[in-house]
Amino acid sequence: MSRQMGDSHRRFLQTMMVSGIVDEQEARTLYKHCCETHNTQCAPDKLDDFIDTINSKLQPMFMQIRKGMSEDSGQQYYALVNMSETEVTRMSSDYADNELELFRKTIELIMGAENGKASSTDILNSVDSMTTKKMKKSETEHLLNRLVHDKWLCEKRGEYTLSTRCIIEMEPYIREMYQDQVKVCHICHNIAFQCQICENPTCGIKIHNPCVARYFQGRAEPRCPACDDFWPHEIPEVRRPQSQSRR
Amino acid sequence: MSVHCFHMLLVTSWSPVYISSSLPSVWLLAYLITTTRLFLFPLLLLDLHTWLVLLPSCSVSGHLQRVAMTQRRRLSNTQNSPQSRQQPGTLMAQEEDDDSTFTQPSTSQVQRGLEKLTPAQVEQKTAEVVQYFLVKDQKKIPIRRADLVKHVVKDYRNIYPEIIKRAERTFDQVFGLKLVEIDTKSHSYILINKMEPVVGASIINPTNPKMGLLFVILSIIFMKGGLVRENLIWSTLKKLRVDPGEKHEEFGDVRKVVTDEFVRQRYLEYVRIPHTEPVEHEFRWGQRADKEVSKAKILEFMGQLHEQDPQSWSQQYREAHSTPSSSQASTSSQR
Repeated sequence: MSRQMGDSHRRFLQTMMVSGIVDEQEARTLYKHCCETHNTQCAPDKLDDFIDTINSKLQPMFMQIRKGMSEDSGQQYYALVNMSETEVTRMSSDYADNELELFRKTIELIMGAENGKASSTDILNSVDSMTTKKMKKSETEHLLNRLVHDKWLCEKRGEYTLSTRCIIEMEPYIREMYQDQVKVCHICHNIAFQCQICENPTCGIKIHNPCVARYFQGRAEPRCPACDDFWPHEIPEVRRPQSQSRR
Repeated sequence: MSVHCFHMLLVTSWSPVYISSSLPSVWLLAYLITTTRLFLFPLLLLDLHTWLVLLPSCSVSGHLQRVAMTQRRRLSNTQNSPQSRQQPGTLMAQEEDDDSTFTQPSTSQVQRGLEKLTPAQVEQKTAEVVQYFLVKDQKKIPIRRADLVKHVVKDYRNIYPEIIKRAERTFDQVFGLKLVEIDTKSHSYILINKMEPVVGASIINPTNPKMGLLFVILSIIFMKGGLVRENLIWSTLKKLRVDPGEKHEEFGDVRKVVTDEFVRQRYLEYVRIPHTEPVEHEFRWGQRADKEVSKAKILEFMGQLHEQDPQSWSQQYREAHSTPSSSQASTSSQR
């Protein structure tokens, strides 16, 4: 049941609009802060209800605050995403057509890669197959920097991955467009790009790195939850939530 | 929802446009530690409480929407919009170009128009208008009614006042924003923040350094009576180690930011002084600053800074407190 929106909700929404994405800790702090500012009741476990109220009002505008997990840290994030399909938003693109095409190609590369990463070399090479105006090397690099800056991609040692925000926003689209290709985590059932894969050829289930950490925590001998084969990959440590990281 | 393609990726990249006090203090403090002596307005912004009315530049940009739409068209030539929307009639096409052909429909016309539409249709159109405003406002350039009608409202123009009314209500109730017509002649709108900024908000929001710079300039202009020759601005900024002649680490081309970006965003007006050789300009507050920035608060801050009563600047005090909302068009008072 959704209540009416109050100033505390509006303040939360405005902050989300400015930040784009916040981690769980920041969201809780913000929630508390907004409620206190406007002298509203604030129960710590009611954050999701609070956000539901906002979402119910955002729904006609095809906007939503959605929750998602970082593939890197396993932390939960809240992102404000847009699900509209009208021409209106089409008219406001910050990126040119060819830039968008390259971004799309990057996503395809990441989709197809087992490790969920695309190297800058591969991205540069994919310029050759562009149908819109081809971009020079410097333009491509500039675009990639911009995409990282705008929190769509993450870059590490020359390899690009989709940012948490990108994944949260794109999930429905990816599931639909890449139905056959998309990897889904066996544990949390969300889409997975960077993940570990069961080496049993008849099994092949995927699990996010943080999900692996949580699932296999404390087990002496890790075994695949689906086929019971030995899980050969390195089990990462469970990461403590950090409030500093932003994606 | 039907085939989404890339329009799913509607980047909600809202860029923060907060004139936040904590921001000026960050960079100014650094400068002022070294340049404390001089300048007219010791812009030593200490722990000033955020006191300006902020504008969150919130918008949605349809980044890959365009690709998606072209893709979709290639896949199927039918439009996938959920509601039955008429295609804009070609007869109307020519008329849509000019706002001068758009006349505000009368109440009875609106009434009649509403009768022909379902509530869902009106709601959908309102939602599109809201999105359009949010998107366009991201660039901080006022939204013209002509563009709104041409690109969004289209054949719902006969109920335009109703749509605007609903959009205003949505901005108010959902976002805590106010839709303001800043130019009644050309019918341009901006979005301003209704809510008072609060200390601690900047903990989570990254603040935009440019707003600190803007704030400094607005303060100078206001304290000097509303109109200031550009040289004063440049020399003051230089004292703050922000040299318009050099590329600044944070702001880049300072001159461009101040005379182009801030002017386009309607925060400042940069007007040529006639009969000057070489050409000189003067600065005054822009329409957006008038609406968004509280003069009373600038004065209050100045008072804290100089440890004086704000009322000691009687002229500025009068101007700051002349209207309840302290946001009037800033016509230049005496220099």
